[in-house]
Amino acid sequence: MRRLLLKNFFARAVTEPVHAQPTPALEPIGAQLQGVIGRRLGRSLAIRQIDAGSCNGCELEIHALANAYYDVERFGVRFVASPRHADVLLVTGPVTWNMREALERTYAATPAPKWVIAAGDCAAGCGVFRDSPACVGAVAKVVPVDLAIRGCPPPPLELLQGLLLLLDAGSRPG
Amino acid sequence: MFHSRFSDWPIVTRHQGWPRRLAPADGWRALGEALRADDLDLLGLWGDVECVHAAVLERSGAAPCVLSLPVWDGRVPSLGVFHAPAIRLERALQDLHGIEVTALPDPRPWLDHGHWPTRPARDRDRAQAGFEFLPANGPALHQIPVGPVHAGIIEPGHFRFSAHGEMIVRLEQRLGYTHKGVERLLAGCEVRAGHRLAARTSGDSAVAFAWAYSRAVETALGVQVPARATWLRAVMAELERIANHLGDIGAICNDASFALMHNECGMLREQVLRVVDGCFGHRLMMDCLVPGGVIADLDPAGSGRIGRLLDHIDRRMPELIELYDNTASLQDRTVGTGRLGSELAARFACGGVIGRASGRAFDVRCQLPYAPYDVVMPALTVLQEGDVDARVRVRLAEVSASTALIRRLLAGLPAGRSLLCDLPAPAETRESTALVEGFRGDILAYVRVAPDLRIESCHLRDPSWFQWPVLEAAVEGNIVADFPLCNKSFNCSYSGHDL
Repeated sequence: MRRLLLKNFFARAVTEPVHAQPTPALEPIGAQLQGVIGRRLGRSLAIRQIDAGSCNGCELEIHALANAYYDVERFGVRFVASPRHADVLLVTGPVTWNMREALERTYAATPAPKWVIAAGDCAAGCGVFRDSPACVGAVAKVVPVDLAIRGCPPPPLELLQGLLLLLDAGSRPG
Repeated sequence: MFHSRFSDWPIVTRHQGWPRRLAPADGWRALGEALRADDLDLLGLWGDVECVHAAVLERSGAAPCVLSLPVWDGRVPSLGVFHAPAIRLERALQDLHGIEVTALPDPRPWLDHGHWPTRPARDRDRAQAGFEFLPANGPALHQIPVGPVHAGIIEPGHFRFSAHGEMIVRLEQRLGYTHKGVERLLAGCEVRAGHRLAARTSGDSAVAFAWAYSRAVETALGVQVPARATWLRAVMAELERIANHLGDIGAICNDASFALMHNECGMLREQVLRVVDGCFGHRLMMDCLVPGGVIADLDPAGSGRIGRLLDHIDRRMPELIELYDNTASLQDRTVGTGRLGSELAARFACGGVIGRASGRAFDVRCQLPYAPYDVVMPALTVLQEGDVDARVRVRLAEVSASTALIRRLLAGLPAGRSLLCDLPAPAETRESTALVEGFRGDILAYVRVAPDLRIESCHLRDPSWFQWPVLEAAVEGNIVADFPLCNKSFNCSYSGHDL
């Protein structure tokens, strides 16, 4: 272990610079994005991820946000274990009828102010499961959504830019 | 033996590839007894409007076949009475098709939680009221309910622990939260479009599911896929296996609070995904594999990139294995934890890493090889211990086996086309069943195609169906705090299972 740690100590960091820039994959929905986040939270964001019926593709890419290349924590973004600690709910998947109640209860357990990001085509518009009788539909049909990030699944860079957009929208006055 | 037992059952001629036979009225009992006598593996059990189908594999010789029992008066007898692995499949059969399975040992609903609006209100109430967790009786037992929303970034499912102090006495799973009606959506879908849904049955196995679906479609239609396409499919499937195994090895160690391995594996995995993205145009290779071939061909520059990636992985793997071997505090958590006995693994026909870490030497690529694995066979690693440590070690070995395999595939990649322009419409309804080895184990796909090239019926069986139940047994007697470790070492799919 020591040899590997020593090697890593002298190695160049792989973490890449990322700047917030609006991309076509991002669709801010609510007007409440502006200002509030920055005033209330500074630049710290606690995220609770909820899989409301996803195929696990989006989860893999959300996991990738934590690897050394994207290192989401450097921006003050943390994934938390309980909705009671969360500012943002990051929801994936078409909401299935079997997960609807769990999503509603998680939303209710999150203290205000809170924001909801619908990540992936399924969460944003129900994707390939649009006609399924087992799905309620997009996340917005169950809880209010503030930002949608398109993609099947959205690559980590676009997820990261979505989160930064949320933070930057917050840091602007007003 | 198998053939003497079932060979007088009539063959269904429209089923291509493996034989499909129609069971006589009392045939299900004969099948049940054969399964109980342990000379058959159950590969799948599913239904459609007229029949219930069971895919079975003879233990001794590799002879898979599908047996079908016509549904009489909305009822079929239970196989679960004879063979426990069939129970959850039969519960799902009742939920999804409304077929009553008589004498089913556990008749509680499984995928149906009583929320589907397509069901009459009375049935919904019954499904909601009809679910009670199995009891665990004894002094000083307490229950711990977990989920469906878990603490990490994981798929949803409910775990009900009965614990005695720190020790797990009973675990019961409740799944079905991510049921999206994949099979219902596939019915009526064009064969050319169905791979999109198949790939999203479980997004981490997009290639394997699309391959299983495509193989079933191609066999049903009697199509010969260009050799280059099958070789490229194998390159994709092995890259998918490497990426997922790396993610799992890191995540298992992370659940033992060993973050260094998690970070190292996370970086390697990201490098794999980036090369894959550059070569095939999608990080998870979704929709790259279609009936008739592959969408994305590989140019020499892409081959070179993959070659350099393999060099890098092969350089790093010995370091990671050394890191794992020389960290006693990590092995203190993994060795002897979550032990799955070989007898149980064999009875449930546990596929993939889980079976191979518990002495079940089964890999579709070796036992029922499909092109190109009939030419390029992988090295098989089988361990007997059946604990978390064995499952980590099998994964470590399989990463290196896959890099060696991809090298051979790239070296011998045939020239020519990689996609058929069109699929021929069959003169009459045709069907077929296929088995493909994904990173979790064997994926079964059954497809019935109508003459207008639409899917009449499709069933996709994730390997997790036969892995989730044995997790309940493997964690018994372990401490609650080791459950995440055991669960991650299994890494069963929720979405693939719930469909």
